Amino acid sequence: MDATSRDFPANAVRALGDATLGRALEKLQREFRRDRAAMLARMPEFEALRDAARDIRAAALDDLPALLERFEDNVTARGGQVHWCADAAEARAAILALCRAAGAQSVVKGKSMISEEIGLNDHLEANGVVPVETDLGEYILQLRRETPSHVVMPAIHLNVTQIGDGFRDAHTDRDPHRALDADAILAEARDHLRDRFVTAQVGITGANMLIAETGSIVLVTNEGNGDLVHTLAPVHIVVASIEKVVPTVADALTLVRVLARSATTQEITSYTSIVTGPKRPGDADGPGAFHVVLLDNGRSRLLGGPFRDILRCIRCGACQSLCPVYGAVGGHAYGWVYAGPVGAVLTPALTGIEEARHLPAASTLCGQCEAVCPVRIPLPALLRRWREEAFARALSTATERRLIRLWAQVAARPLVYRPLLRLAVAALTLAARLAGGGGRFRTLPFAGGWTGARDFPAPQGGTFVERWHAARGRGP
Amino acid sequence: MTEGPSVGLFATCLVDALRPSVGFAAAALLQRAGCRVEVPRAQACCGQPAWNAGDRRDAARIARSVVAAFEGFDYVVAPSGSCAGMLRVHYPALLGDDSAFAARAAALAEKSYELVSFLVDVMDMRAVDARFAGTVTYHDSCAGLRELGVKDQPRRLLATVDGLVLAEMTDAGVCCGFGGTFCVKYPEISVAMARTKTAHIAATGAATVLAGDLGCLMNMAGTLTREGSAVEARHVAEVLAGMTDAPAIATAKKDG
Amino acid sequence: MSGAGRDRILAALRATARASAPSRTIARVVPARARGDHAALVTRFVEMADLAGASVARVADAAGAPGAVAGYLARNGLGEDLVLAGEPALSALPWHHAPRLLVHRRPPLPTDRVSVTGAVAGVAETGTVLVRSGAQVANALHVLAEAHIVVLDAGAIVGSYEEAWARLVAGGEVPRAATFITGPSRTADIEKTPQIGVHGPKGLHIVLIHDSEGLHRRGGAAT
Repeated sequence: MDATSRDFPANAVRALGDATLGRALEKLQREFRRDRAAMLARMPEFEALRDAARDIRAAALDDLPALLERFEDNVTARGGQVHWCADAAEARAAILALCRAAGAQSVVKGKSMISEEIGLNDHLEANGVVPVETDLGEYILQLRRETPSHVVMPAIHLNVTQIGDGFRDAHTDRDPHRALDADAILAEARDHLRDRFVTAQVGITGANMLIAETGSIVLVTNEGNGDLVHTLAPVHIVVASIEKVVPTVADALTLVRVLARSATTQEITSYTSIVTGPKRPGDADGPGAFHVVLLDNGRSRLLGGPFRDILRCIRCGACQSLCPVYGAVGGHAYGWVYAGPVGAVLTPALTGIEEARHLPAASTLCGQCEAVCPVRIPLPALLRRWREEAFARALSTATERRLIRLWAQVAARPLVYRPLLRLAVAALTLAARLAGGGGRFRTLPFAGGWTGARDFPAPQGGTFVERWHAARGRGP
Repeated sequence: MTEGPSVGLFATCLVDALRPSVGFAAAALLQRAGCRVEVPRAQACCGQPAWNAGDRRDAARIARSVVAAFEGFDYVVAPSGSCAGMLRVHYPALLGDDSAFAARAAALAEKSYELVSFLVDVMDMRAVDARFAGTVTYHDSCAGLRELGVKDQPRRLLATVDGLVLAEMTDAGVCCGFGGTFCVKYPEISVAMARTKTAHIAATGAATVLAGDLGCLMNMAGTLTREGSAVEARHVAEVLAGMTDAPAIATAKKDG
Repeated sequence: MSGAGRDRILAALRATARASAPSRTIARVVPARARGDHAALVTRFVEMADLAGASVARVADAAGAPGAVAGYLARNGLGEDLVLAGEPALSALPWHHAPRLLVHRRPPLPTDRVSVTGAVAGVAETGTVLVRSGAQVANALHVLAEAHIVVLDAGAIVGSYEEAWARLVAGGEVPRAATFITGPSRTADIEKTPQIGVHGPKGLHIVLIHDSEGLHRRGGAAT
C-alpha cells in the first residue's frame, strides 16, 4: 500500500471537517471507554495477564530465529511448507505463484494487515487472480475501494448509508431499489460470500500468532469467516510477519486472554482457532495443501535497534481506540496501513522517518496508549525516540529547530535566562495593557496557531522568582 | 523542635512568566505543611520542550543545570505534573549515560514531586484551611496522572475546602490537547481536543475548572473564553491555599 | 527458493541477537474464574455461555439430548433436518426419542440449517466449547450451518483453556483445526452495532448432559 503519511497535516484537517467521521469516532471512543471499564471489572487478573503477555512477547523476540526454525520444522513435519520472504515483492510473488499453481481464478481472504502492507490484492488482481475479502468490514471496504482505518474495526469510519451504497453499486444482480439497512446488508453479505467460500480454490488468511511448538497458527475472528476460509478451500495460504511467533500453545492461550479484551472488550472472540498444517490422512475435510508465507519486510532490522519493543505488538488496536489524536482525525489521516500510536511508531520504521515524520510528532505524549497496551509497549518513549531521529536529521522546519535550540540554550543558562525572561514578560504585560486589559490576547503575532481559535492569557506581571525574592527582602 | 524538610520550589517556566500567584500559593501550602521553602534563583525550565522535540543534547544541558541548582534540598516540588514528571521520571533516562551526572540525576529524581501529591503522600496533609464557594470540576493532566499517579490526592484535599462542591466531568483523564509544542504545531487537532474537553466541562455545570498544570489550564481557559463561556480556570494550588483574589486565567478583574 | 531467503532472514535475525538475553520467568496466570470445584465450573460455564449469547439446555442424561435438540429446532423455526457429526457417541444417542427429526449423516452443505456435533471440552472461564476437526468430524460442521448445536457431557467441562487443550492432545495428536467457540458468529463492522450471524452460525446451542455413561470420558476433578 502506498503511503501518504507525509500529508498527515492536510489529511488531519480534512478529517476534522468530516462530520460523519467525527460522529463515528466519538461513538467508538465513548463506547470503548465504557466497555473497557466493564471488562476490567470482570477480569481482576488483567494487570497480571498484561505482565505475562509482555514477558511472553519479549522472550519470543529474544529467541526469534530459533523459534522460527522450530516453527518451520513442525509445519514441514505435518506436510506444510514455509516460504521465507525478505520483502513485500517477494511475498507477493510467492503468493501469486502458489495461486497460479493451484489454478486459482478466485481466492477468498480473511482479514490480514500484512496483506495490506504488501499490497497483495492489487497485485493478485493485476495478474488475473480475483481476491474476495470475507471479513465484513474488509468486504465493505473492498467494494468501495477504500483502505482500513482501524486495525480491528476497519470500516468504523463509514455509516450505514455509505456501506449500503457500496453494496448497491457492486451487487448489480439484485433489485436496485431494495432497502439496505444494517440487517439487510448483513444478510446480503452472508448470502453473497457463502458462494465464494464454497467455490474458492485458494483461501488466504493472516495469523494472529504463530506457535513454534506445534507449527500452528492462531486465527481470531468473530465472524467465523477465517474458519470457512481455511476449511473449505483446497489450498490454505497463511501470510504472517516473522515477529508473530511464540514458543508454546500455553503462551498463545495467555495472549488470547488479553487480545480480545483489549481489542473489542469481549472476553474472547466467537472463534479462536489453532490451525496446524493441511488435512490429516482420513480427515473429513480440510485443505490438501498448507503454506505459510513468512515476511520480514524490515522486522529483522527493527529487532536490532531502538524500536525493537514495537515488535511485541499483537495488533489489538486498543491504542487506536483510546488515542485522543486518533479519536480526532481517524485512521486514514495517518496515510498508511497502521494508524494511531502503533502506526506512529511502525510507519516511520517501515516506510522511513522522512516519509512519516509527522506521525510521531502529532502526539501530546499523553500516555493513554501505553496505559492500555496489553504487552506494555513503551509507546511514548518510542515516539520520542523517533523525534530524536527526526531532529538529528533536521527534518522539522528550520524555524522550529532554531526556536527549540534557542530556548534550550538560554534555559540552560539561568543567568542569561532570567533577565531575558523579565524583559519578555514586561513586554507582554505592556502589550496586554495596550490590547485593552481584558486579561487575554485575542491575537498574538507569531502565535496564530494558538490564537487562531483560543485566547492567550495575559501575564499577571513580574516573574515569580524575582517577586519572591523581592518580597523576602522586604519580609520579616 | 525539629525543623521541617527543606523544599526547593521549582516554579516552572509558565508559572514564573505568566502566573506567579500559583508559585505563591504553592509556597504557602508547603509552608503550612511544615516545610522550609526556598526558591533558587538559578532556575529556568525543566527542559521538557527540548526533550519532547527530540533535542536530547540540549535537554541534557538543561537537566544538568537543574540538578545542580536543586540537589541540595531535601525535596524538589513543582506545581506541575509534567515538569515534576520530567525531573522524576525522565531525568534519569536523559542523564543515564552521563558518568558525572547519572547518580546525581537519580538522586534528584527520587526526591522530586508534583505539589499536591507531595502534600498528601509525603507531608501527610489531610485537609486545607480554605474556602471556595461553588461547584468546580477537576481535569487530570496526563503526565501527573499517568507518570506520577496524581489522581486521588487533589480530590481528597478539595473535599476539605469549605463551600466547594466537586462535580466530576466525563473523561477527566483524557488529554486536553495542550501537549507543549503540539498545540501550535498541529493546532487544528489541538483545538478539536480542547473543544471536546470544554464540552465535558460545560456539561458538569461547574463554574470553575481546576487542574495541576498551567499549560493545560491555559489551553482550557483560552478555549473557554473564546467560546464565550463563563467558566473560569484556576490552578488547584490557588484554591487549596485560599488565594483566589487574582483574576482567573485569561480574565481580568471585574469592576464594582 | 526458500533456502536462500530463509538463510538470509535467519542470518539477519542472528546478527541482531543480544549478547545475553535477559532470563525471564513468565508467570502462568490462570484467572480465578477458571478455578473451582467441578460443580462450580459447570455453573459458571452455563452462566458464561449465556452471557456470550449461546443458549444452553441441561438434560439429566443422554436420553434427553435428542428431545432438547428437537426443541431448539422447533422454537427457532429451523425445520426438521440436521446434519450429524460422525462421532459414534452422537450416533449412539436415542434419536428415535425425537422421531420428527431427519438426521443426516453426510458431509455438510452450505444450505444446511442445523449441524449437531460434540466437543472436546467446555471451558468455564468464558463459556467456550473446544471443537476439533478429524476423520469423524468435518470442521465445516462447526461453522457452515445456520445453527450449530453442541452436545456436551458436563464431565467434559474444565476451568481453563489450557485444561481444554490438554484434553485435546491427550488423545495423542494435534488436529488440523482446534477451535474455541464462544457464542454465535457476530460482527460490529456496521457502525459498531452488534449483529449476529454474519458468516458462521446465527445460533449456538449447547445441550449439556449431566449424567452420561460414555459420551465423553470423564476428566479428573478440576483444580
